[in-house]
Amino acid sequence: MKIEIREQPFDPFQELACHQESLVELRGRYGATASFVGALRDYNEGEPVHGMTLEHYPGMTEHHLERILEEARLNWEFLDALIIHRVGELHPNDPIVLVAVWSSHRAAAFDACRFIMEALKSRAPFWKKETLADRQRWVERNTPG
Amino acid sequence: MAIQVKYFASLRDRLGRGKDQVQAAEGLTVTTVWSQLWPDTPLPPHTLTAVNMEYAGPDHPVQDGDEVAFFPPITGG
Repeated sequence: MKIEIREQPFDPFQELACHQESLVELRGRYGATASFVGALRDYNEGEPVHGMTLEHYPGMTEHHLERILEEARLNWEFLDALIIHRVGELHPNDPIVLVAVWSSHRAAAFDACRFIMEALKSRAPFWKKETLADRQRWVERNTPG
Repeated sequence: MAIQVKYFASLRDRLGRGKDQVQAAEGLTVTTVWSQLWPDTPLPPHTLTAVNMEYAGPDHPVQDGDEVAFFPPITGG
């Protein structure tokens, strides 16, 4: 299990491959890998978005991500999970979040990945501030899905 | 030890600072910590609150050494 708050840009597909490569003891045991990647769009609420600043609450954010993983483990049988979430300055198309789950069969991987992502959005303290052409604005709420 | 208070994101911008300190006293709650610091500013609607990094309601007790945080709805992911 790995949780990371990342201050620098990252390639989610490279991270996915690297993490899977590191799962030496699980080789041959996982039959399913589900992943979700969230990235910064260049348009929101009717205006072009030029960039974003992502803030978190050091300590509380990690604590709640750990708890979300613990809850997921109580509900689904999976072998490993990975969460990487950006903070700091982002540009359009930059990945924001990666969630990945490895399990024996597809149902646990799909369902746990979805649960972790939705729980992260509703409970892990992160805040987005968008940079528009002429000003900055805080994002007030998450999209429903 | 006192009570450490933190503000995040748009609320911090609005208040003009990211942290405060309050002297511990009997019977403090999340709400009374706010009203001691900001007697003329009602807690903005939809503000979330936490004590020692756990989400906590307005009546949650606050004790010496606690960390209390006030922040707007979260928007990660």
